[in-house]
Amino acid sequence: MKTMMGLINLGQEHDYLNELTYFRTGASVPFAGRYRLIDFTLSNMTRSNIYEVAIFAGNKYRSLMDHLGTGADWDLDKRHGGLFILPPDWNDPTDISKGDLRYFHNNFDYFERGKSEYVLISGSQFITSTVYDDMFQFHLDRDADVTLLTTSYPDPLPEHRSCIKVKMDEKSWVTCLCNEQENQPVFSGVYLLSKQLLLELVKECIAHHKENLFKDGIMANLERLKIQAYQYDGYSSVVNSIESYYRHNMALLEASSYQELFFSGNNVLTKVNNQPPTNYHDTAKVSKSLIATGCEIDGEVTNSILFHNVKVAQGATVKNSIIMQHCQIEEGVHLENVILDKNVTVTKNQALKGTKEQPFVVAKRRTI
Amino acid sequence: MKKECVTMLLAGGVGKRLGLLTKNLAKPAVPFGGKYRIIDFTLSNCLNSRMFPVGVLTQYSPLKLHQHIGVGKPWDLDRMHDGLTILSPFTETHGGNWYEGTADAITKNINYIDNYDPEYVLVISGDHIYHMDYNQMLSHHKKSGADVTISVLEVPWKETSRFGILNTTDDLRIYEFEEKPIHAKSNLASMGVYIFNWKVLKEYLLEDASLENSDHDFGENILPAMLANNRRMYAYRFKGYWKDVGTIESYWEAHMDLFDQDLAQLLRNKEWPVYSHNSLLPPQLIEDGAIVRESLINNGCVIKGTVEQSVLFEGVTVGKGTRVSKSIIHPGAKIGENVELERVIVQENVTIPAGTTIVVGMDKEPVVLSNENINQFKQLFAGKKIKLA
Repeated sequence: MKTMMGLINLGQEHDYLNELTYFRTGASVPFAGRYRLIDFTLSNMTRSNIYEVAIFAGNKYRSLMDHLGTGADWDLDKRHGGLFILPPDWNDPTDISKGDLRYFHNNFDYFERGKSEYVLISGSQFITSTVYDDMFQFHLDRDADVTLLTTSYPDPLPEHRSCIKVKMDEKSWVTCLCNEQENQPVFSGVYLLSKQLLLELVKECIAHHKENLFKDGIMANLERLKIQAYQYDGYSSVVNSIESYYRHNMALLEASSYQELFFSGNNVLTKVNNQPPTNYHDTAKVSKSLIATGCEIDGEVTNSILFHNVKVAQGATVKNSIIMQHCQIEEGVHLENVILDKNVTVTKNQALKGTKEQPFVVAKRRTI
Repeated sequence: MKKECVTMLLAGGVGKRLGLLTKNLAKPAVPFGGKYRIIDFTLSNCLNSRMFPVGVLTQYSPLKLHQHIGVGKPWDLDRMHDGLTILSPFTETHGGNWYEGTADAITKNINYIDNYDPEYVLVISGDHIYHMDYNQMLSHHKKSGADVTISVLEVPWKETSRFGILNTTDDLRIYEFEEKPIHAKSNLASMGVYIFNWKVLKEYLLEDASLENSDHDFGENILPAMLANNRRMYAYRFKGYWKDVGTIESYWEAHMDLFDQDLAQLLRNKEWPVYSHNSLLPPQLIEDGAIVRESLINNGCVIKGTVEQSVLFEGVTVGKGTRVSKSIIHPGAKIGENVELERVIVQENVTIPAGTTIVVGMDKEPVVLSNENINQFKQLFAGKKIKLA
């Protein structure tokens, strides 16, 4: 049976979420009340019979390692396969590779030891809940060299500007990969190719002093390689800025989006923590909100997302905001269009207000 | 491997008085508190007081219980040599049989205990809701030089007739047991938590096993026999919340206790956490127009209606125009639109059709709703509202 191994390549992702990525890599930014961004792609992989996943960790990966642990929460702590976090720790004096190719060069072992013939590569910014089995079958059926997961959005959004757009012929062979701004299928960052081809491309890129596997190995070889686009129509979003982060969190307050992302297939897996059910007290007033466990609510919460173990005191109001785990909102506080990172305390009667386009972001562990 | 103390957790009881709740489920596996199963409190006590190894004795309807306990991972009991072992009845070369009583269950597992060559054996049961440091009790047991220590709780005098009462001298030495006495001489009730000197217990177990007309029960046989032989038996005072959720009424009450500010600590005591399996579902969605107060709600719930003084386990949906009050809703239950529920317990994955009204008065026992009886209710009262008051 043909199988895939997984690679989550964070080596070329930038710290795009301002205060939220001061202390952590983008992939481990909390999302949707209980997850980290990486959970989506990681869960998709483990649900697609991928038993070994490597993560090229760029920088600020302490929180990522804490989150992933042994991989047990994704069923990756197994004798066969497993989770391999590969940080940029290398000291090969003969190494001439650059950019994300350095990760490949210094971790050849991972690919050589793996038994799978195919590699599925993904970033962490494409948020969806799916399995890649159909895409894999499609890749085999079309006898493609490379298959890209693409999706279309009815309205182009600001976050799609930096995404690679895909032009294809009627048989979905890719004819052009570019950054044109007109609306067309968007490349999700998820692609699939044989391990053999991957390693050939890596070696070739390194030999020619290139810096980016996808741009220099695949886009530059569009003529030579047979590249298919696999069009995906499920619920998805691209998170690559504070503005898109905020907007796509808030989108999940709509029951239809919530159902599509979380209940259309498998559970999204994440690190579990031991929290009691959320306690709504007598004076609590909550509407249109997404609430994790372990919260204690005495105040008013509207159109907001609370992560676990958040306390909202009596007389406090939280509106259009994202409040991450272990935050304390004291009496009389008013929050509107605010993102509080973990462990923030907002003391009595303070008011914080941002706008929908530019939410007011507070970095973690602050007291205001 | 030698261990000072081995814990034996009795989890095989039928829990008859819980009716439908234990129809296909061992009592320790009955859901509790919006996330837990009853046995989680005892297993968490084991972890928090660092008592291992733990042998869990199961027998009645054990499937869910076994799946829940697994290798004991949520309670850190997946240890190399002295973790958790599930001890179910078994056969041997010369027959084998069911556990015929609490004492018999231990007798049949003497080999398990002897493996650890312990000084003491702690016997507890998986039926109670409480936080207790067994290690403190063990220290007390060692200090007092007792053969047996029994943990006791002071109960209100008017309730003594519901409990097994221990009569003690001033220094808490036990001289008499009274099962559910009408005129009690003491208000110290046994909590079903015992520490024995293993050598002594083993002797009594083996002797009891040879008696044909014995029920092989700790309370009925073993302890009275020890008392008759003038063994050193002491009571150990426990202070705190302890509840035997033995009936549907007390099961419901224990849930309503969770809204008491002081007792809320039962689930959120950082010094003494209660562990369980954690839900894989997304955070709960409270929709526009929903009203939620004085309630405990777990992951994956989607609330469109009103929820008051209720406990909702994971994945419960509450439709528009619906009011759920003073109720306990087990995982995955779907409550349709314009439903009114008061003082009911809805079982796992039960669907309550739109328009149903079931309101149970405070003087009646809370009603347990299952997929079968909800259909009967529907046929019996087609189109009419059900009011049990």
